[in-house]
Amino acid sequence: MIVVIDYNVGNVKSVCNAFQHIGCEAELSCEPGAIEEASGLVLPGVAAFGFAVSALGPLAELIKGLASKGKPLLGICVGYQMLFEESCEYGRHEGLGLIAGSVVPIPPGRVIPHIGWNLVELPQDMDLFAGLGKEKHFYFAHSYCAEVSDEKTKIAYTDYGFELAASVQKDNIYGVQFHPEKSGKHGLKALKNFDDICERNSNKGT
Amino acid sequence: MLTKRIIPCLDVKDNRVVKGVNFLNLRDAGDPVELGTRYSDEGADELVFLDITATIRSRKTIVELVEKVAENVFIPFTVGGGIQTVEQMDTLLRSGADKVSVNTAAVRNPNLLSEAARRFGNQCVVLAIDARRSEVHLDKWQVCIKAGTEPTDIDAVEWAAQGEHLGAGEILLTSMDADGTKAGYDNDLNRAISDAVNIPVIASGGAGKLEHLYDAIAVGHADAILMASITHFGNYNIRQIKEYLRDRGIPMNL
Repeated sequence: MIVVIDYNVGNVKSVCNAFQHIGCEAELSCEPGAIEEASGLVLPGVAAFGFAVSALGPLAELIKGLASKGKPLLGICVGYQMLFEESCEYGRHEGLGLIAGSVVPIPPGRVIPHIGWNLVELPQDMDLFAGLGKEKHFYFAHSYCAEVSDEKTKIAYTDYGFELAASVQKDNIYGVQFHPEKSGKHGLKALKNFDDICERNSNKGT
Repeated sequence: MLTKRIIPCLDVKDNRVVKGVNFLNLRDAGDPVELGTRYSDEGADELVFLDITATIRSRKTIVELVEKVAENVFIPFTVGGGIQTVEQMDTLLRSGADKVSVNTAAVRNPNLLSEAARRFGNQCVVLAIDARRSEVHLDKWQVCIKAGTEPTDIDAVEWAAQGEHLGAGEILLTSMDADGTKAGYDNDLNRAISDAVNIPVIASGGAGKLEHLYDAIAVGHADAILMASITHFGNYNIRQIKEYLRDRGIPMNL
């Protein structure tokens, strides 16, 4: 069972709906017990960074601990941004610090927010994108972006007049700046891949 | 490269999709969830649902509609119509909407935009502007509220810029003069506002031919185009629209 962390921010339900639509077992929960038992965790997020971090509260430490011990974790949008060390959206806020880097405003000189479908180059060694080919369009909606400083992190880029980190992976920790749950069939395929990753990881442990 | 978006708009009244001309003479266009699913399958980039009755009773219906859409459609959708408070926005977003649009309430209380942006992030906050060309100054447009029934003395271009400053993440711009006429978008208006702000502008009102859609982007500088009559009543499907625009050099997600 995948647990989508329910922490009082907008549109967490859509992620759960998407998993259920493709036949994956997923539930919304903020119960520490369920989170510990889960085969994998999804940290969604439609909110401003600071609001999301404070809404997550003490669950942050729990999620961080479980991810450090190998439980697959997928951060989406602000949930993705929260994987990094800090953000400067409406003031300075600390993130989970699971991946080295910081969240900064999208550089000026283009339309901001970055809203819409952009083409993401998919590295073949990122298992989140297995079976999706070299590049696909995904739906983005954000004004801040991650500057990844961790050299061991795999990165999928999209072109928004600069190389924007659309997705990262560091071991069992995955993040997507775009919304797979809102990116039609290719987004659903990425979620299915995450479910497979969780399943493989659970089987490995037993 | 970011693609230009094709967004069917579903005006909802009593749980049915309707479409009028110049905001009047409504015609039935089907079930909202069915039509939304069809557009998603055809390759629409997003959907917009507008509760055009926006009464206390319809508030509840629209939340149920949002839940149903979110269970069946896996592309982004915006909900608007009569939203007045951050709490109402929260309910809609938690029910599955990706963005909320505000119009009259933002004109009356511009701080609503900042409050919403601080809480949800500005990418969730769409400022809807219904604009009508001024009879006095032909290069100016006035903002109308209450579903277009009440003109104000606010200049649409200035209001769009102020809206961006306050925290709107997108502008949904409807030309009341062009809406439902199928005679083409008001591209003077689209360009005036697109060039005055740095957030995406969704052009709305007036699409009748494929060429109109091209013009809204090429002449009107719109980032996305909204349409209703042209797709609801079977003139074109989304795929035809996207192939046409791609062939004319507009980046499309196809």
